[in-house]
Amino acid sequence: MSTVVPRIHLGEWIADVVNWLTDHWSGFFDGVASIVNHLVDGIQHVLMNTPIVLLIVIFALLALWARGWKAAVLAAVGFCLIDAFGEFPSAMQTLAQIIVASVLAIVIAIPVGILAARNRRASAVIKPVLDFMQTLPAYVYLLPVLFLIGLGSAGAVLATIIFSIPPGVRLTELGIRQVDGEMVEAGQAFGATPKEVLRGIQIPLAMPSIMAGVNQVIMLALSMVVVAGIVGAPGLGQDVLSSLQSLDVGVGVEAGLSVVILAIFLDRVTDGFSKREVGLRSEIDKLRRRQARAAAATDAA
Amino acid sequence: MPLLEAQHLYKVFGRRPGDIVRRLEQGEDAGELRKRYDVTPAVIDASFEVNEGEIFVVMGLSGSGKSTLIRMLNGLHQPTSGHVKILGEDISTMSAAQLRQARRDHISMVFQHFALFPHRTVAENAAYGLQVKGVSEAERREKALEALKLVGLDGWGDHKPGELSGGMQQRVGLARALAADTDILLMDEAFSALDPLIRRDMQDQLIELQNQLGKTIVFITHDLNEAMRLGDRIAMMRDGRIVQVGTAEEILTDPANDYVAQFVADVDRTRVLTARSIMEPPVATLGMGHGPLAAHKLMREHQQPGLYVVGRDRGLQGYVMEEDIVAARGGGETIADLVKPIETTVPADAPAAELFTPAASVRLPLPVVDPDGKLVGVIPRVTLLAALGAVDPTDPADPVGTPDNSTVELDKTTGGAR
Ligand SMILES: Nc1ncnc2c1ncn2[C@@H]1O[C@H](COP(=O)(O)OP(=O)(O)OP(=O)(O)O)[C@@H](O)[C@H]1O
Ligand SMILES: [Mg+2]
Repeated sequence: MSTVVPRIHLGEWIADVVNWLTDHWSGFFDGVASIVNHLVDGIQHVLMNTPIVLLIVIFALLALWARGWKAAVLAAVGFCLIDAFGEFPSAMQTLAQIIVASVLAIVIAIPVGILAARNRRASAVIKPVLDFMQTLPAYVYLLPVLFLIGLGSAGAVLATIIFSIPPGVRLTELGIRQVDGEMVEAGQAFGATPKEVLRGIQIPLAMPSIMAGVNQVIMLALSMVVVAGIVGAPGLGQDVLSSLQSLDVGVGVEAGLSVVILAIFLDRVTDGFSKREVGLRSEIDKLRRRQARAAAATDAA
Repeated sequence: MPLLEAQHLYKVFGRRPGDIVRRLEQGEDAGELRKRYDVTPAVIDASFEVNEGEIFVVMGLSGSGKSTLIRMLNGLHQPTSGHVKILGEDISTMSAAQLRQARRDHISMVFQHFALFPHRTVAENAAYGLQVKGVSEAERREKALEALKLVGLDGWGDHKPGELSGGMQQRVGLARALAADTDILLMDEAFSALDPLIRRDMQDQLIELQNQLGKTIVFITHDLNEAMRLGDRIAMMRDGRIVQVGTAEEILTDPANDYVAQFVADVDRTRVLTARSIMEPPVATLGMGHGPLAAHKLMREHQQPGLYVVGRDRGLQGYVMEEDIVAARGGGETIADLVKPIETTVPADAPAAELFTPAASVRLPLPVVDPDGKLVGVIPRVTLLAALGAVDPTDPADPVGTPDNSTVELDKTTGGAR
């Protein structure tokens, strides 16, 4: 097909880059793949070898701790349902992948977010990259990832990480930037080092926002379940896919519902943990309200 | 040596601030530059010294550059030009680490909106400066609780700041600065966010603490009454420039320009001015040795209905009225026989508000005495009114000035501020 504008062979160039990477960096990528695989396998192993009843109890307790007894009952009922669908093993495989992907994404996202918050130039570079990562259809970078990492859990986890990092970075940066400038000045005025200001003031005060980011990361990771199935990672995603291939609506619905239950559970639990910062959040709110009132009073005076 | 010195400080926000400073130094108009180059000359050529143990107030309207100025004093803002010296050491030549050390040891800050850390308890907030200094946990808690006690927050250490009222929060802010145990305290509109009653309380408490601890304080405010109450000396700021530095009385009685004069026009002078700043030297006094004739002549000369009698050491001994001399004429008495005892005197540091009643009860100008009973000055009633801004004593059309004809003709050139 001819083009009006001279044909730009971007695709070929990228393919060249990917080829070059596979040729010269294969050792590195193999290493990454093997580490990720080991992590996923390890967690899967633990989850699959724990009695289902015990797991359900643990999940319920987690929900209880994070949010209260209602959430605990809901979690218990939900996981019983997954078991009733016969999807429990698949759900645990998916859960293992999501745990690894989320943890790695968060471990990358938070420092990057902090960097972006503290350095204008870094932020200017990071922002468009994040936009790119978030808007590029996952299927597009799936192939390069597959070339570099190969089929299976590791590829799925890496693709998931790429997709789910952005909100973690964004909300970390936002949270730190939103910390009241006077608080930061207070730290500096008493002679705190930049690191002390970051650790003792900015990060604690940004915690609600950072935790919201963590929650978002996990939710996005879950939304990649089916894509993970395409890449050949075992779990709920593959069950959904095979139901498509065999036109088995029943299995598809059961696997799909299991994803939903898992999503609700993870959302509530992580959101609950971020609300554990409730103490903090409400303290901040209280201070804000006081200050607003004080400001109104000064204006009136 | 002054504890804190500002030398020709400039701070310009915007592009090419150095150029703007040069233009300002060459006398170009700041407002003009602001418009033409879209820059903000926030502080222009500010110089002053703060001495040990004084409360130095920087007073100016919103946007006059007070916060910018105070933030240069501890290096939160880097001056575009000029120098800040803390205990004689120029902070612009310090490394980041040295500057931090100077902040830990010498100069702490109280913020307008308190800037307390909501995730730390009140005691942990108060201990912050010590924590940064690396003081052990037990010791810093002890000192923090001590500082909290000093500001009247005994027993609140384990609460979170959010549970406290605004006034209490600012006490925590003050305790945090006090616990850091620095020589200098910077307070940026520290009481502006508090409602008026609490504000008065805090001002009183600050003065008391100051008497107790002898800290050196730079206090920023946009409230002239607050400035007058707190300040040993006041720097009046306008559009980035310091237009006058002086005591409250100096600024009230001798404003450097119309701007300051207008500004101080509606201050509650009765609380700021003291007898000392209003009084005048007595036009004439008598000694016990004076004869009645000489005394009478002196009274006529100065058009006084009577005169005070002082001893050799200027100790106030009584007064003599013209009518008594006239009545006693022909008798061979000396002044000593005609002297009446003094009923009313006021101390030199009496606030003007407390002068009205005594001034109304005496027939002669109100005598002002020092603690040893020496006559240091007198306050004619019209001078009192004039000093409080009610009348201009030299204005002949003034209705208040005229009835008291014994004093209107007094020579005013020596009156006024001390
Ligand atoms: N970081 C900044 N960047 C640009 N302009 C600034 C900055 N900080 C202050 N200014 C400007 O400098 C001028 C002086 O501000 P400053 O905050 O020092 O005034 P202020 O006297 O403290 O006023 P207020 O009573 O409102 O606190 C203002 O015009 C302000 O807009
Ligand atoms: Mg200010």
